[in-house]
Amino acid sequence: MQQIINFLIRNKTFLLFLLLFSISLLLTFQSHSYHKSKFINSANFLTGGIYKSANNIKQYFGLKKENETLLEENNRLKSILYNAEKGNSKHSYLNKNTTNNYKLIPAQVYKNSYSSTNNYLTISKGEKDSIKQDLGVITSKGIIGIIDNTSKKFSRVLSILNTNSRINAQLKKTNHFGTLTWNTESTQLVQLIDIPKLAPVAIGDTIITGGRSTIFPKGIGIGEVVSFKLDETENYYSIDIKLFNDMTNIGHVYIIENLDAKEISILNQQDE
Amino acid sequence: MNSIVSSNIARFIVLILIQVIVLNNINFLGYINPYIYILFIILYPIKNNRLLFIFLSFLLGLTIDLFLDSGGVNAAACVSIAYIRPVILKFVFGIIYDHQTVKFNTIEFGQRITYFSIIVLIHHLILFSLEVFNTSQILLILKKTLFSSIFTIILCILITILFSRKNK
Repeated sequence: MQQIINFLIRNKTFLLFLLLFSISLLLTFQSHSYHKSKFINSANFLTGGIYKSANNIKQYFGLKKENETLLEENNRLKSILYNAEKGNSKHSYLNKNTTNNYKLIPAQVYKNSYSSTNNYLTISKGEKDSIKQDLGVITSKGIIGIIDNTSKKFSRVLSILNTNSRINAQLKKTNHFGTLTWNTESTQLVQLIDIPKLAPVAIGDTIITGGRSTIFPKGIGIGEVVSFKLDETENYYSIDIKLFNDMTNIGHVYIIENLDAKEISILNQQDE
Repeated sequence: MNSIVSSNIARFIVLILIQVIVLNNINFLGYINPYIYILFIILYPIKNNRLLFIFLSFLLGLTIDLFLDSGGVNAAACVSIAYIRPVILKFVFGIIYDHQTVKFNTIEFGQRITYFSIIVLIHHLILFSLEVFNTSQILLILKKTLFSSIFTIILCILITILFSRKNK
């Protein structure tokens, strides 16, 4: 016993180092799997608050650009509205879905990272605005990511620029669908994998979200094809997609809530 | 003694704020960010309680991780360099370190660069290896380490020159 205590005292520095190092490794491993990084995330009172005050100042510098984007979007929505009166509202996911079963909640981006391999955003809405895990986040141009963690006033978004992100997507012209991933090489390009060889892919094709998950409605823009090649098995395409969104410059976002999500997931559970 | 404690506390808070509000938004050429918060570990007094020093470094790294949503990678890198700092100090300063009389304000320029470079390189290597966490992307790790280290070292040296008190 005496010897054990002596050993502990002699090596206390090393043991403390080992303890703290393994704690940080544990946290690192947890952050590599989706939905597990509960404790260490930027959607908490302290970090959210600091990012909020920093953002309050930063906002002024981007006002002009922000106004232009809003103006553009207003313009687009108005044109949809006027066309709808004439009776053809086919290409308007916003217009069509808000009236039915999707609810949109506007939010502000407080923190946006894009330089590491696992990127997250922190936004200004949280549990008290009825934000929950697994809601989709979009801008007027295309998708951003999925809500991954919430606190009372803030929430964290798993960006599509994250190696853990898996989003269902499809070609606009046919119904071939695949999975959206990111290979960390560029903030403008994401990869669409598992598109069958039979699909007629061409450069310049538009990629949209597939309606197969309950998170995003079908038809939200993602990007366009810049290059494609067959993967090692020669059965599936792996496609490079240029995003419509500039992920390095995001001010305002919308959170999409699918009001039918619960019903659909209950239905799916019955299936299994 | 009190002024050393308070100046270290101030340094701790100020470095974290600068790091998360300003420096993490630089993203030079897409991915190069300086990590100057480790100046706290570099400049921590040499006569110290090692247990407290390691614990403070862990806290520093963890706070940065909180802000950056990076799990525990900064904490791991900080704890490691805090643990091996005495070895590096001994290697760089040799006999002066044994007498515990190293003063960061007065050391000569060459030694300062060597000391900073070794610590920054080790820190960045651990940081990026854990962040990427994929052996097939070892080139990406090395690239990130090299460029970010150069950026960090230059900034650290400029800051220490700017804020060092003149010794008469």
